[in-house]
Order: sequence, then C-alpha cells, then structure tokens
Amino acid sequence: MDIHVIAPLANPAERAAVDELLGPPISGWTGGLRDSASDGHAAHGGHAARSDRDLLLPALHAVQDRIGWISQPALAYICRRLTIPPAEAYGVATFYALLSTRQRAAVVAHVCDDIACRLAGAEEVCADLARTHGPAGEPGADGQTTWLRSPCLGLCERGPAVLFTAAGEAPEQVGVAPIDAVGVMTRLATAAGGRRIALNDTGSSVAERLAATRVSVPQAGDEGLRLLARVGRVDPTSLEAYRLAGGYTALARAIELGPEAVVAEVTASKLLGRGGAAFPTGRKWAAVRAAKGSPKYVVCNADESEPGTFKDRALVEDDPFVVIEAMTIEAFATGASRGFLYLRGEYPLAATRLSNAIARATSAGLLGPDILGSGFAFEVELRIGAGAYICGEETALFNSIEGRRGEPRNKPPFPVEVGLFGKPTAVNNVETLANVPLILRDGAAAFAAIGTEGSAGPKLFCVSGHIRRPGIYEVPFGTTLRALLELAGGVPADGGGRADAGATMDDAIRTILLGGAAGVFVGTEVLDTPLTFEGTRAIGATLGSGVVMVFDRTADLVGTLRRIAAFFRDESCGQCVPCRVGTVRQEELLARLAAGRPNGSRADELRLLREIGQAMRDASICGLGQTASSAIESAVRAGIVPP
Amino acid sequence: MSTVPPIQLYPPARSSRTPGPPEPAPVAQVELTIDSHAVSVAAGSTILDACRATGVDTPTLCYLENLTPVNACRVCVVEVAGSRVLAPACSRKVEPGMAVQTDTERVRLSRKVVLELLGSSVDLSTSPQAAGYFERYGADPLRFGVAAQPAVTNERDALEAGHHHGAGGESTASTVAQPVKIDNELYVRDYSKCILCYKCVEACGVDAQNTFAIAVAGRGFDARISTEWNVSLPDSACVYCGNCIGVCPTGALMFRSEYEMREAGTWDESAQSTTDTICPYCGVGCTLSLHVQDNEIVKVTSPLDSSVTEGHLCVKGRFGFRFVQERGPKATG
Repeated sequence: MDIHVIAPLANPAERAAVDELLGPPISGWTGGLRDSASDGHAAHGGHAARSDRDLLLPALHAVQDRIGWISQPALAYICRRLTIPPAEAYGVATFYALLSTRQRAAVVAHVCDDIACRLAGAEEVCADLARTHGPAGEPGADGQTTWLRSPCLGLCERGPAVLFTAAGEAPEQVGVAPIDAVGVMTRLATAAGGRRIALNDTGSSVAERLAATRVSVPQAGDEGLRLLARVGRVDPTSLEAYRLAGGYTALARAIELGPEAVVAEVTASKLLGRGGAAFPTGRKWAAVRAAKGSPKYVVCNADESEPGTFKDRALVEDDPFVVIEAMTIEAFATGASRGFLYLRGEYPLAATRLSNAIARATSAGLLGPDILGSGFAFEVELRIGAGAYICGEETALFNSIEGRRGEPRNKPPFPVEVGLFGKPTAVNNVETLANVPLILRDGAAAFAAIGTEGSAGPKLFCVSGHIRRPGIYEVPFGTTLRALLELAGGVPADGGGRADAGATMDDAIRTILLGGAAGVFVGTEVLDTPLTFEGTRAIGATLGSGVVMVFDRTADLVGTLRRIAAFFRDESCGQCVPCRVGTVRQEELLARLAAGRPNGSRADELRLLREIGQAMRDASICGLGQTASSAIESAVRAGIVPP
Repeated sequence: MSTVPPIQLYPPARSSRTPGPPEPAPVAQVELTIDSHAVSVAAGSTILDACRATGVDTPTLCYLENLTPVNACRVCVVEVAGSRVLAPACSRKVEPGMAVQTDTERVRLSRKVVLELLGSSVDLSTSPQAAGYFERYGADPLRFGVAAQPAVTNERDALEAGHHHGAGGESTASTVAQPVKIDNELYVRDYSKCILCYKCVEACGVDAQNTFAIAVAGRGFDARISTEWNVSLPDSACVYCGNCIGVCPTGALMFRSEYEMREAGTWDESAQSTTDTICPYCGVGCTLSLHVQDNEIVKVTSPLDSSVTEGHLCVKGRFGFRFVQERGPKATG
C-alpha cells in the first residue's frame, strides 16, 4: 500500500505521544529519519506493515490525551507509523465524540445532559455554564478550557455528572458527580492551573472506602450479596486482598475440571447474557470451542453506554480482578489465547483499576504463558473506547478494536464463527462474566436455583431518577419491580409537593423506563411484575441492561423523549438508511409535536412516527436502529407524548 | 520377502491428449422458497440471486455485481421466516429450507419508508431507478416536510460526531444538500446526491483500485464521503481512475463533461450511442464503452461483465479520450 501523506511533520510533542505508545520509528518508511543507505534496500509493506492497524485507536488517544486534539500532521505521523491510509484514519478519528480533529481547549468539561442527569438538573448546569463560561465548545476567557454537552456518563445515581479531560504530559480524566456550574468552573480552573482535579477521596481505611462506595452501591457491605460481595469491602487495587476474599479459586477449579467440563457447568447453570440480548452463555462458549479457525479470542464488553446504565461500572471499578479472572476462565474453556477488554472512554477510574489488575495478575502468573502451572497461556489487553454508544454492539466493538470505524457488521456470520480479526470470538458483558466464578464456586445447580426457571442467578439493576436511594442493587431474578423500588427507599410520595397527604408510591410515579433509552416506558400497573427476562417480556418490556429509571409526576417527559430521540440521532453510526435518516426524522417529528406545529394533523404525525419506528425496527442492520424507536413508541402507547 | 520396485529411468509415457482444465467441483444446490415458489440455486448464492433467478424484481441501490455487498441502503429487505427482523436480500446467503417473502406488508412498508427517508434527505434526480421505485411503493418523501436550507460549502464536512444541535420544531426536513465540489478537470462530486452507499469507497479501496483516497468520515446523519481532512482531490491520494464514478448509483460522482452538459441543458441520453472498443493505451486490453453524443465522446464506462475490467478502468482509459476528438487542421507531412 502506497501511503500518500501530504501533511507537514508532526511536532515533537505529537511524535512523543505516539512514540511513547509505539516505540521509536525504525526507519524512514515508518515516519523516522530517512537513511537512504538502508531504507532504499528494504521494502516496508504488505501484511506485516498493516498488521498494527488495531493500534490506531490507542494512538489517537495518545495524541488526544497529550495535545487535546488531533492535528493533520499528528494523524499523518500515525498513518506513517501504522501504514494506514490517511483518509481511513481520518474516518476513524471523526467517528468518536471524545476525539477532536479541530483545535480545542486542553481542558474540557463534558457535561452530561442525558435523561437521568436532566432529572437532576443538568439543563440548569448547562445554562449556568453558558452564562458564566460561554457557549458550549468555545474556549472560555482563559483560553484553555471549554465545556461540551455529553451523552450519559454512567454516573446516573448521583447526577448531574461531568467528565473532565485535561490534556498534557500528565493527562487527567476524572468523572465528578454531583456537581453544579460553580463546581465545574472551579475544577476547570484547577486543571488549567496544572493541578490535579481528582482528590484521594476514597479514603484509605476500610470504613472510609465502604462509606464512599455506598453512595453508588447502597447495599455494599451487606451480607448475602454475590455479585457485589467484594464491592466496597475488598481493596480493588490489591490482588492479595482479592485472593484472600476467595478470588482465583474459580480459575483453579476450572483448570482442575478441564475446558469441556467448564462449558458444561456454565451451560447447566442456565446463565443468560446480561448485556441485553439474554443469549445463553454456555451455548456461546460451546460454539466458540467447537468453531474452526484459530486463534480464538475472548472479548469482554465493558462499553456500557446505554443511558441510565452504570451497573458494570461498580464491578470494573470496585472488583476489577473478577473480570480478569472470569475472562481467563472463559479463554480456558473456549480455547482462546488472547483477550481484549473494551472499556468505554468515559470510565477513567475503571481504566486505571483494570490496567492495574491486569499488571498484577500478569506478574503473579495468573495471566501469561503458564497460568497456575497448567501450561495454559492467556493474556488480556485493555482497550479504551472514545465516545461512541454504538461500539457496545459486539461487531461494532470488533471494528473499533481493529482500528476501523465502529460500524456494526451483518449477522450472520455470528461472532462465534467470524468475530474479532475474523476469528471465532466469545464476547460477553462484564456482569455476565462476573457470574462465572460464582458458578464454578457454588456449582451450576446452586446457581440455577437462584432466581426463576427462565432467569437464573443474581441480577444487578441500575435504579435512578426520582427515587430516595438511587444506585446499583443486586437482587435475585424474580424480585418484583415494587420490591426493588422499595429496596431503593421508594419514591417520595409527595411527587414534588403536588400529591395529597397519604399518597402512595404508586400515586407519585408517572412512569418508569425499563431497559434504558432502548427500553420501554411502563406504568405503575406493572409494579408487581417479577423482574425476569420472561416476566418483562410478558408485559411487552425488556430488562435490557438493567435500567430502572423512575419519573414522578413532576418530570419533564416531553423533554426526556426528545433527549432520547436526540441521543439516537447522535449515536447512530450512519451506515444504514433506516437508522441514519430515521433517527433524524423521529427527532424532528417529536420537536414539531412539542412545538405544537405538526405537519398536517397530530394523528398524521403519530402514524408517521409509527411507520418510521417500524422501518427502523425491521430494516436496520443492528440493535441500535432496531430499538431506537422502542422507548418513544412505548411512550406514545402509554399516552405520554407531547399533547 | 518383498521385492524392490524397479528403478524407472524415464517418466511414464504421456497421454497423447492435451490435458484440459480439471473438472469443476460439483456445486451443491440449495432448495428454498421465494414467495412460496420452490427455487433451487447454487450454495453460496444470495437471496437476491435467488430472486433474480425466479424473476422476482428486487429493488437495489447500494448493490453492484462487482463489489462486496455492504447492504447499507436496506431497500432490498425481505422477510425470512423465523427471523425477527427483515434481511437484506443482497448479502444474506441462502440456506436450505429458507422461506422468503418479498412482497408482504412489512416488506413494502420498510421499502417505502426507506425510499422516503432517502428521498427526503438526498437529491435523487439523477438516480436512474429511483422514480420507478417511488411509484412502485407509493413513497412520498414530503411527508417529512419540505427540504431545509442547504448547507454552505464544507459546512457538513466540519460536523463533529456526537455534538449536533437538536431539532427546534421546524416544519422542514434536514437534508445533505450542499454546493457541488468542483476541484479538478475530470469529475465533480455532488454530495447532495450521495446516499452513502459506500460503493465509491469500496471501488477506491480493496474492491478495485487500492488507492484509499476516500473514506466515510463523521458519524450518523453527519457521515459523509471525505478525503483525508476534506482536502481537495488534487491534494488527496486520488489517482483519477474514476472507478468511483463508475459505481455511483445516483450521479453524485459525475464526469465533468456530463455535469457541464447537464448544467447547460444539452445532456440528452436519447441522442447518445454507445460503442464498445478496446483501450488503445496499453496491452491489458480493457473494454471501453464510449458514450457518444453529437459525435463527441461524453463519457467512458466499461461493462461490468468484462472479464478484463469487471467494470473498472484507469485514468487513461476513463479520461484519456480527448485526443480522439481533437479536430484541428490535419497534419501535413
């Protein structure tokens, strides 16, 4: 491939950022100094030169983190280093919201204005920032800082939330919530002054750490928890602490059992995927194990981006070793030797904790060429997303890892046969994986006995919105929606002061969003529905990613619906027509209804909305388009659309 | 006691007949039904192949025989029994026992809405098949409102992923309309007509030219075909093979000669004849189809079924025809 690079040379800082990741260039062919004596006698091309394409996204991150944006010379240098055509690399760089190809202030506050944070006052934060800092995207008076609106940051239990990104030689990314405009301004100034935003506020003592964790995981420290047993109690940075708390006994048992028996055990446990599709995990593993083609890969999908979802964050931040252990078991069972952990870019603390966990597991021989002396070899690489909801779709995730635009692929063929790098791949969600050590520890029968016939095991729910104690909750499948809301303290019955004294929780609730932006709005008549895959299916809803977002009678539902429509319009990858244009038309239509200016009659508009929805559901390539109208259509059915 | 085989001093005598090519491996047939009619096609065929074999006319926009199907336009979707969603006929491989329906209410609705979504956002005036499809499915793009104001030059190229300004309740429909990009002598790019079918990217990339001068940039509705950093074609890696024009289904990519004649109102396909010939430049022997109007070559294509070109050419074959029509005073010698 003849790379046509037109840009001038990258500046030293840009080169240093890339070289820190890739090492120094070895010749003039790869962006180094040209040595005509040696370079002229060696070709650089072919498959070998192109095989590093998967380092494109990490290289773009390196420049973005160091400089704050990606210039044309910097991208050209990356293209030289990795033998990537500049047009394609530009297509990748412009795909991600956290990467900027235009000069941008070095310190950015990404202000979440998504559905949960809206309920907590995010629009007020944005309005205050527009007044005090200036318009979104424009540099402030100091010239070094700016703010942008952002989709869900996964801090829904304590919104409004902001992700700060400060570029430089010691870049910092940190999420802060709750926060107001004054807090944003203060932290922007802190970062612009070269100081760290993050405080060591998790505390060093066990009690302090537990108290900090209970803000997000109110049950932390309680007895009887399975998935959250270690969260808040066990030091997430210490392998020793994890092992003392029972960690890595499941891997030892797996190696003792052998791969086939592990697959059989997981199959017998009736574990279903927790990412939203509820596919039987054992069947997936068996298919990968049986698939022809090598090498095989395992991928952990930690790109949790569904608005209102933050359950996986508790695991990757506060129990990172369990994810690594489970991936290792999965690799052992499926015959994979290499794993990728794809984490959304908005979870910087999790990135630190996971890379620490990988490093410690590697140095303890729990990852590497000979795990636990068994001869089994496996390594895990952490890859960080860059602001694209669509990359949570498994095939889009593969493309993102491979250094391509995060566009979903057609299925079939399915990942178990043609997955990452075209090889058989087992891809599982974080929470799904976290169940695996439990299955091996307690046995499949004991695991299957938890929950219901059709939905086995414990389940995490993300409870947010108008609720007394929002957070991540672990309950067995089959717990009713009402019991879950009561566990979270219930809904303040006064519904913002409008309801009569003596009003119940049922009176206070206007609607509940189950399953996230791609889910369904339900009313209080389903409060006694058991939360299971089959139970929610029976009421025409979905568990999705475990989102339970409560809207009381004061909530701005029209605004919420428009935000959901805007979300899908923004996050559509743009590949197929129904989703690319349909999400735009859906957003425009809701805006017309909200403005009271329908094209034709309101009934015409609602019919059109249904038709757009059906075409997106039937004809889109992937789940994003297929569910982009789900919540909005359910709201229409429930009578909560613009009047 | 075993005997030692004799040493052969000479190879065995050859058959007097010239060996032919090896027998082709028998291709397994797959039985399926299209609209309840039993069909048998070779394994590895697509539903579209099966539809065409049975004479079921299936609309396509992003599909072309000489490119890898990207199934992005979704106008060819069909209903496959047992499948939760519709399947793209152009890329879904047939399976034994598959029951395909191509004209159900669901299929018709999706095709209609997809056409309306395209028609309301893209200028399809030079897409040869569009009008027929619109009539067939009763598509009415104006249901989404009249077109909003077009973007100014390079405005869409500067849009960043994930940061759009929300709709404000206007009665108009957003479009991809923008001024035509004219930055070289050979062809123009009118992205108001681009349905983002990815064909030009495929033809520029591994499906034909391996030049990689263009790719899709941006995301969602703001996605667009772009050179690196939206530089002009002369600054880009473009080698002017014109294979992107050859595969473009909507006339977004067009010979400059055709564009200028259309602008001047002189383009008249009914007055054109097409003559196939062999390219005079090198020894490869590419088939050229010369499109001639008023005794002037107005554009050059190559047949998709040409075993030499598969429809693709190089800059010389595609654009190097001016010498034919230099009609200056005959050189005397």
